[in-house]
Amino acid sequence: MAAEPQILSSSDGAADPPASLLAMESLEEIKARAEAAVPGAKIDIVPNPGPANQPSLLIDNGHAAAIARFLRDDPALRLDFCSNATGVDWLERTAKKTVKVKKMIDGVEKDVDEATEEKIPGYLEAVYHLYSIALKHGPVIIRMRTADRAEGTRLPSLTPVYRSAEFQEREIFDLYGIRLDGHPDLRRILMWDEFKDYPMRKDYREPDDYEFEPTPHDEVLEKARKHYSPRPQLDGAENITPRNEAETR
Amino acid sequence: MTEQIDEGLRSELQRQGIWVTSMQELYNWGRQNSIWPLQFGLACCAIEMIATAASRYDIARFGGEIFRPSPRQADLMIVAGTVTKKMAPQIVRLYNQMPDPKYVISMGACAISGGPFKQGYNVLKGIDRYIPVDVYIPGCPPRPEALLHAFMELQRKIDSQKLTGTSKAEHLDPTQPSEFPVPAFGAHDLEPPANPDVFHPLKIERQS
Repeated sequence: MAAEPQILSSSDGAADPPASLLAMESLEEIKARAEAAVPGAKIDIVPNPGPANQPSLLIDNGHAAAIARFLRDDPALRLDFCSNATGVDWLERTAKKTVKVKKMIDGVEKDVDEATEEKIPGYLEAVYHLYSIALKHGPVIIRMRTADRAEGTRLPSLTPVYRSAEFQEREIFDLYGIRLDGHPDLRRILMWDEFKDYPMRKDYREPDDYEFEPTPHDEVLEKARKHYSPRPQLDGAENITPRNEAETR
Repeated sequence: MTEQIDEGLRSELQRQGIWVTSMQELYNWGRQNSIWPLQFGLACCAIEMIATAASRYDIARFGGEIFRPSPRQADLMIVAGTVTKKMAPQIVRLYNQMPDPKYVISMGACAISGGPFKQGYNVLKGIDRYIPVDVYIPGCPPRPEALLHAFMELQRKIDSQKLTGTSKAEHLDPTQPSEFPVPAFGAHDLEPPANPDVFHPLKIERQS
C-alpha cells in the first residue's frame, strides 16, 4: 500500500519560524544598531541604483573588525558566512551635476541650470558579501575604501573575523595591491612572488607580446600594428611568407 | 639498407617465412609503437586526453597507454591545456628532464597560441615559445579522435626518422640541443618572453 503523500503546509502544527527568517532588518536599522554597538564607528549606506538594488554599508577602516564582529555575533543578524571578498578599482573621476540657480537676467529672476563639476579622487575598495547560514538571510554587503590609489592602499583585514576571507584577501592583495593589515599570511596567491604589477587595476597595461597575430582584429589589431613592418605597396595573403626551411633545420 | 632491397623480393621472402628488415626500420618500429606519454594535464584538454586513454577510445591500440608519472621515463609530452605564465617554467623544466628522443604534442588552442585567453596577462601565448613542438592539434578542446590522429602523425614522423646520414634524427645529432633555457619570473612578464632559438613564427608583413 502506497504511503499517503505528505503535504507540508505552514498552517499545521509546526512551530512558526523565527522572525529573522521572514525578513532581515533594513540596512538603516543595521547601521543604527552597529553604530550604537561599536562606539565611534561611522557607517555610510552606499546606494546601488539599478535592477540589482543591493545597497551596501561603507564602514570606516578604524572600526572595521569590530563592526564585522558585531555583524557576525549579533543574535538578530548572525552573519556567520563571508561568501565573497573582492576588490574594486575606482579611478579619479569627475561627477557632473546640474543645479538650478536663481539668477537675474535682464532684470528678471530666472531659474538657470548651472553645471558644476566635482572631482572625486581615485580609491580602491574591498567588498565583502556576508550571509547568515544560521538564520538563512543575506547578503549584507560591506565595503571599505582606501585613502587613495598610490601610497595609502591599506585596509584592515577581516580574516581574523571571517577565516574564509583568507585566500580571497590574498587575491585582493595580489590583483589590486591593497595591503590588508592583520592578515596572517599576506602573499601573492595567483601571480608569482617576483611580479610587481597589480593586474586588475584599471590603469594596468599587460606586457606587449603581440608580435605574432595571424588574424588580428579590434583591440588586438591595434596592439599588433606596433609590430608591423611598413610595406604599403602590398596587401593580402601574398605577404605571409613561409619561414625558410633551411633556417628551421 | 632497406631501400636497396627490391620490394618484390622482400614480399616473396616474407611469404616464405623470411623477414628481411633493417636496423633503422626495426628500431623505429619499436619506438613508434611504445610511446610513453608524460602524465600531466593543465586544463579541460586533459579531460579529453583522459578520455583518449580510457576504454572507449583506447590509446593502448597505438601503444601509448603507459602514462608515466616521471619525466625520466616518458617519451612524449602532451601539453594538454592552458599554459599559464606561472606554470610555463615548470613545463620547460619537465621537458628538460625527459630523456632523448622526446616529442611534444601541443594539444588545443591554448597550448598552441593561448586560445581564448591569449589577451590575458597571465597566459602564455603558445608553448612553442619555449620548447619545440612536433604536432599541433587545433580544437577547444580537440576530440579524442583528434588526439589519436596527432598520435598517428607522430608515429609517422618517428617512422620516417633516419639513424644515419646528414638528415638523421635530431636526437642523434650531438649539435642539436636537447634542453632549453627555463624562463625566469620577471617583474612584469616571463624573461625572456620567448626563446628566439625555438620560436620561429611565420613572418607576417602587412599594410600598416
